[in-house]
Amino acid sequence: MTDAPKEIETLIEMMAKLPGLGPRSARRAVLHLIKKRGVLMTPLADTMHTVAATARECLNCANISVADICPICAAEKRSNGEICVVEDVADLWAMERAGVFKGRYHVLGGTLSALDAIGPADLRIPKLIDRVETENITEVILALNATIDGQTTAHYIADQLEHRVSVTSLAQGVPIGGELDYLDDGTITAALKARKKV
Amino acid sequence: MDWQDTGVVLTTRRHGESSAILEVFTETHGRHAGVVRGATSRKVAPALQPGTQVAVVWRARLESHLGAFTVEPIRSRAAAVMSGRQELAALNAVTALLTFALPERQAHPRLYAQSITLLDMIGEAEVWPLAYLHWELALLDELGFGLDLTSCAVTGGNDRLAYVSPRTGRAVSASAAGEWADRLLPLPACLLSVETADLSGVAEALRTTGHFLNTRLAPALGDRPLPAARQRFADLFGRRA
Repeated sequence: MTDAPKEIETLIEMMAKLPGLGPRSARRAVLHLIKKRGVLMTPLADTMHTVAATARECLNCANISVADICPICAAEKRSNGEICVVEDVADLWAMERAGVFKGRYHVLGGTLSALDAIGPADLRIPKLIDRVETENITEVILALNATIDGQTTAHYIADQLEHRVSVTSLAQGVPIGGELDYLDDGTITAALKARKKV
Repeated sequence: MDWQDTGVVLTTRRHGESSAILEVFTETHGRHAGVVRGATSRKVAPALQPGTQVAVVWRARLESHLGAFTVEPIRSRAAAVMSGRQELAALNAVTALLTFALPERQAHPRLYAQSITLLDMIGEAEVWPLAYLHWELALLDELGFGLDLTSCAVTGGNDRLAYVSPRTGRAVSASAAGEWADRLLPLPACLLSVETADLSGVAEALRTTGHFLNTRLAPALGDRPLPAARQRFADLFGRRA
């Protein structure tokens, strides 16, 4: 609690709900915004208002966009017969940052999870199967997390797409810049299993 | 208060931004939960995958509190099974069934030892499907719903035992079954012996143990549905066998 007016206190409380921020850091951020009202706060408020009004899921891949079809799905040159399946929009953005994948994406919206009672019907798997059949897809790349839930989902999807299309998944192993001495034994096991001829 | 133990990670649930609520099946403290701080860090996250063998220290002010875990990985099992569909499904089924069936904070040392043996076999030994089947029998037995497959419920003899009564869980011989045979559950040889590892027999036997998990165990635990991971494993194994 501060001695700030109610409106500012409400703003601090709302900012504190953002990831990475607590009550103290939210208070600092709000103070900074108020001090830079003209150059930061007003443009930020305007941008947030615009995004709140226009942001939506792409009807095709579930990427976040400001139109019904996102720029990736709309780009004709990205229709190369490859779909990369990711768990979340954050993973799609990570793949795009790398800039190596030139096909289209499909965001599942989660992974199968016994604990959270998330079954196949709760994910966008039927839509993926539909896209494989209608978009002349030749390869589905499963870029799911190297966790038990992620790989369980990957195997389930591979089962569903068996005999329809080629299904591949990202390799697992030593990260770039990684030192063996600091790796966990699971990563070393996966890397050894996926070893390749030099 | 605090204690140290070793155990198997059963579930990890995100708690706040960087913490998680971890459930482990330990040797002397049974299924136990606690908060792990910094669970999303690159160093800790791999150790919290289901199936990982960990050393844990649990600390809380009072015994009734949720408490906090400090976790040290001993052996990862996830990497060894991730590439195999059946193996991964089996690991999921084991951790899901243990989470579903075991009461909190009650030691089950015999089942713990059997679970560790099974988890170490999955993906490593060829006979792991048979070990999984006998682990399900052990789970039913440990929780008071064990099957009696030693002799025929009708004749008392033990020759040509071929069926299991879906009501009593007792074996029935082929001759005593008579016209009731189609209402009884199959009793493949692999349920009676650990030396027979016929895959189609294991798939058939999973239907029998599945019946008792569904109709005896689940109703006793508040009539909750059996975890989907168990059915997924049985389906997958049935198709491959």
